[in-house]
Amino acid sequence: MKSNKLTLLVAALALSTSIQASDSLMMATTTSTDNTGLLDYLKPIFEKETGTDIKWVATGTGKALKMGMNCDVDILFVHAPASEKKFVSTGYGVDRQQVMYNDFVIVGPKSDPAHVNGMTPSAALAKIRDNKSNFFSRGDNSGTNKKEISLWKTAKVATPDTAKWYVQTGQGMLRTINMASEKSGYTMTDRGTWIKYMSQKADKNTMKVIVEGDKSLFNQYSVITINQEKCSKANPKAAKIFINWITDSKTQKVIADFRLLGQALFIPNAK
Amino acid sequence: MNLFTDGFHQAIELLVSGNASVYSAISTTLTVSSWSLMISLLLGLPLGFALGYYQFPGKTIVRTMVDTLLALPTVVIGLIAYTMLSQAGPFGDFDLLFSQKAIIIGQIVLALPIIIALTASQVESVDKRLYTSLKGLGAHSHQILVSTLVEARFGIMTAAMTAYGRIITEIGISMMVGGNIKYHTRTVTTAIALETGKGEFITGIALGLVLFTVALIVNIALSMLKRRWTQ
Repeated sequence: MKSNKLTLLVAALALSTSIQASDSLMMATTTSTDNTGLLDYLKPIFEKETGTDIKWVATGTGKALKMGMNCDVDILFVHAPASEKKFVSTGYGVDRQQVMYNDFVIVGPKSDPAHVNGMTPSAALAKIRDNKSNFFSRGDNSGTNKKEISLWKTAKVATPDTAKWYVQTGQGMLRTINMASEKSGYTMTDRGTWIKYMSQKADKNTMKVIVEGDKSLFNQYSVITINQEKCSKANPKAAKIFINWITDSKTQKVIADFRLLGQALFIPNAK
Repeated sequence: MNLFTDGFHQAIELLVSGNASVYSAISTTLTVSSWSLMISLLLGLPLGFALGYYQFPGKTIVRTMVDTLLALPTVVIGLIAYTMLSQAGPFGDFDLLFSQKAIIIGQIVLALPIIIALTASQVESVDKRLYTSLKGLGAHSHQILVSTLVEARFGIMTAAMTAYGRIITEIGISMMVGGNIKYHTRTVTTAIALETGKGEFITGIALGLVLFTVALIVNIALSMLKRRWTQ
């Protein structure tokens, strides 16, 4: 009996090794591509069409870029254009290609306590600050967080880092919207995650979109291959297969068809 | 209340329907925790015995060090393991990051101090006359090790169960060096963190109940073993 168990364990470990040995792609990505279910939806199609396995770690864009610098992944799928360009220009990444976009929205309680409905992002943020309404920030150096900080800058307001009403959650996007909802506060989210949130809450939703449609709220997602000259263990071949696949017009159509509540979460725009 | 009862219902549903991702998380948790516990016991029992049995200079310092290691938070162990196993770290060439083996390594670091510390105090509490009579009978030190461990078996089982409890509930290590990869390194605890982060609280509660059930089964099995020993 005991030896049986041991054999089972040995077999299990051997199995996990053999999975690793096959040709596979390791990706670091942002929470929004994972939390919305997009990657779970794409994975079986990708693996069937290309015969390449894909695995990913979903985290904030800041940490994803760090994992790329540490050579722990083969490819990045992220949304912080300024940091991405720096990542490429400093030689860590190559072949950055845009895949899809959506937009950021500022959401808040349906009662809109700061009366900022329909304002421009910078005017809304300035008024939220004047009112000291609760604002929930990711505070985690993610793509969304970086965008939010840049909006405080354009609003000519110093990021209210230490203010009591400015809550830095350090959590993923969906969790942060949940926290904002519990505490009747505002937060900024990408539209994909917002639609996911609405579909989860259905009629229990107490939040609504307050600010949207401004040019500065554009949210571009791109893929970047890790530079093999910096990381000899990286797998640029598998990365190339993924990039060719995800920018292909057929896959782009598959992304456009990924909908919740009848709304597209991401709009493909590969060149 | 609603959330909780819904979670309970969904837990049963998830288990009965044979949900593939749930069973994969359970099997990952069991595989990884069994390996870490087994290796920790293999290393920890002799080391704990040595620490409790032998007198040597600096013993108190070692003892204090081991006891202090008990207070290491799992997220710190995860972080240290990450910096060691990353391609940018000293052991990057082994390609262990984001694998089950990486989690096992981290969990051994977590469990080893528990096993060593608790075994050492068990060995210290064994009747000293046992050693003198064993020595008098001409026993070798490995024979003394074995009979001490047999004598202290209940205490050591408690040590193993304490370590197992820490291993099976930890999240910092699995998240950091495992990467929470679905069907690969996603354990029950990282799945709970993920579902909670996604706002799927009911699924999170369901998974929590699943973990509780697994722990219950393990503990029932152990207490039956204990009863057989005492008979």
